[in-house]
Amino acid sequence: MHRALRLTEVRVENYRTRSFVFEDGLACQPGQFVMAWLPGVGEKPFSIAASNPLTLMVVAVGPVSEAFHQLQVGQRVWVRGPLGQGFRLKGRRALLAGGGYGVAPLLFLAQQARQQGMDVDVCIGARTAADVLLTEAFERLGVGVHVTTEDGSLGQTGLVTAATGKLIETLRPDALYACGPVRMLEALEKQARQAGVDCQLSWEAHMRCGMGLCGSCEMPASEGRLPGWLACLDGPVWRSDES
Amino acid sequence: MADLTCELLGHRLKNPVVLASGILGTSATLLRRAVDAGAGAVTAKSCGPTPRAGHPNPVTVDWGHGVLNAIGLSNPGAAEEVHLLAEARHLLDEVGAVLIASVFAGTPDEFAEVAAIVATARPHILEVNISCPNVRDEFGTPFAASGESAALVTQAVRKAVDLPIAVKLAPNVPDIGRIAAAVVEAGADAITAINTMPGMIIDAEAARPVLSNRVGGISGPALKPIALRCVAEVRRAVKVPIIGTGGVNNGRDAAEMLLAGATAVGVGTAVWYGGVSALGRIAAELEGWMDREGYATLDAMRGLALR
Ligand SMILES: Cc1cc2nc3c(=O)[nH]c(=O)nc-3n(C[C@H](O)[C@H](O)[C@H](O)COP(=O)(O)OP(=O)(O)OC[C@H]3O[C@@H](n4cnc5c(N)ncnc54)[C@H](O)[C@@H]3O)c2cc1C
Ligand SMILES: Cc1cc2nc3c(=O)[nH]c(=O)nc-3n(C[C@H](O)[C@H](O)[C@H](O)COP(=O)(O)O)c2cc1C
Ligand code: FES
Repeated sequence: MHRALRLTEVRVENYRTRSFVFEDGLACQPGQFVMAWLPGVGEKPFSIAASNPLTLMVVAVGPVSEAFHQLQVGQRVWVRGPLGQGFRLKGRRALLAGGGYGVAPLLFLAQQARQQGMDVDVCIGARTAADVLLTEAFERLGVGVHVTTEDGSLGQTGLVTAATGKLIETLRPDALYACGPVRMLEALEKQARQAGVDCQLSWEAHMRCGMGLCGSCEMPASEGRLPGWLACLDGPVWRSDES
Repeated sequence: MADLTCELLGHRLKNPVVLASGILGTSATLLRRAVDAGAGAVTAKSCGPTPRAGHPNPVTVDWGHGVLNAIGLSNPGAAEEVHLLAEARHLLDEVGAVLIASVFAGTPDEFAEVAAIVATARPHILEVNISCPNVRDEFGTPFAASGESAALVTQAVRKAVDLPIAVKLAPNVPDIGRIAAAVVEAGADAITAINTMPGMIIDAEAARPVLSNRVGGISGPALKPIALRCVAEVRRAVKVPIIGTGGVNNGRDAAEMLLAGATAVGVGTAVWYGGVSALGRIAAELEGWMDREGYATLDAMRGLALR
């Protein structure tokens, strides 16, 4: 069943991204998601960016996400969840990598990791400086922030893998945690495997029921994932140490 | 140890748990996963003549006593379904599990066409879904609503294929026994009872139905007493095997279904409550329950509650 939660704050994060802070907390793990319903518009999965108070970060790209951006403080969003399997922190050193809205669950993860006294670094990849998200929020947590942009307008020029490649060698993290576009995740998975580092990757799939019933979020089998892997039930986070 | 093996339309199932249509049946790999998790047989998602995207989200909601869904018969169309089923047959043959295909259509002739196409993939059994409550706007009243229309579809499919056919009935009819008798008379080899019960969930604060389709089908715990009553009535009306489906969430629920006269037990929504492993857990719990109660075989308990 959905819970109708009122917005207490709407933060502009960049030209097409806003964070939505709700009146209540939600007991959940970083990497889990909620199905957020805007009555009359639609329902889509969103990663949890913070649990207390519940915060979602939404990039405006289509009907549901754009309707989100119309919302004002005091209005309500209907959420069901938390759903799915999140990240599981391990060891003392965490390397995070993300792009697009993928940095939202990583911020929640970084918060948890820092609370546990872990050393945390995050690599944020974007096309251009205007797309880079949440750097200050990570810095406030005492996280080392490494930005890459494809056009070189901010940080290192290139893809996020340029930054992670070097940091895997210098920091020797206990695991790499990532959320972002499929191509980015595939490249990071390969990199982690070659370096012999555990990785935990949050995949995006087309979700309908979010309950492990309808089959629409099945991911193709890969080197790591078993056949019949469902993003909403077994994921969205896949861990290299799970199979 | 109780013997869980189950004879269904000439096929031997390692246990009576059958994955219900529309749950995880959208690919060969998911069907195999359900078998690996412990199902004795698996049913593919219902397939129609042409591809359908289904309804927009929200398509499901758990309201605390069950699940309401209106997926809207999303499927890849019969031609593509043949590949899916052939691949599934291959993956299931490796482990000796039974594959049930499921078809729906808008007219009896169309049912026959879809059935003939799907049959080329050689599923072991063909289920004829005449009871989906979620596509009324497009397809009108389900064929399961009357004995006459149900029999017309059954006859058409019977003529089109040489596979054993199970016709899937709806609970929201005045006399399900009469409809079962009509479809058996028309050539059905088995009955699947039941599909979901039409319902609506309204979100009070939103002041509107939750599902985009407004109405949907009730499954899970709320459906169990309705399913048990339907299975008992079908058992009194006909002799053919019944796949008793609706609200089975544990081994004791499965026992109740068998006691009501079911031959095998369909399981769907339990996958939401307990994950895919619920399929194997239900079978294991049934075995434990039979041991404790002193039933050596499924035959020893089938229909006992109707005495
Ligand atoms: C587990 C999971 C977690 C998610 N978490 C978030 C989140 O925290 N924040 C968030 O904003 N979205 C998130 N999404 C994506 C979200 O569910 C929607 O897909 C997205 O908001 C677009 O929906 P829409 O109805 O607005 O547009 P749609 O009509 O569905 O999409 C419009 C177009 O944009 C493309 N598109 C979809 N997502 C993106 C994107 N992020 N960037 C660029 N193009 C895109 C689509 O492919 C499509 O072509 C998540 C998805 C999953 C599966
Ligand atoms: C999400 C969902 C999708 C379903 N899709 C189909 C379908 O395509 N064809 C069909 O015959 N029944 C479909 N059903 C009905 C189930 O097969 C089953 O009859 C019903 O859910 C009752 O069993 P349960 O309580 O164990 O889920 C669907 C049910 C659910 C919950
Ligand atoms: S969204 Fe339906 S199974 Fe994952």
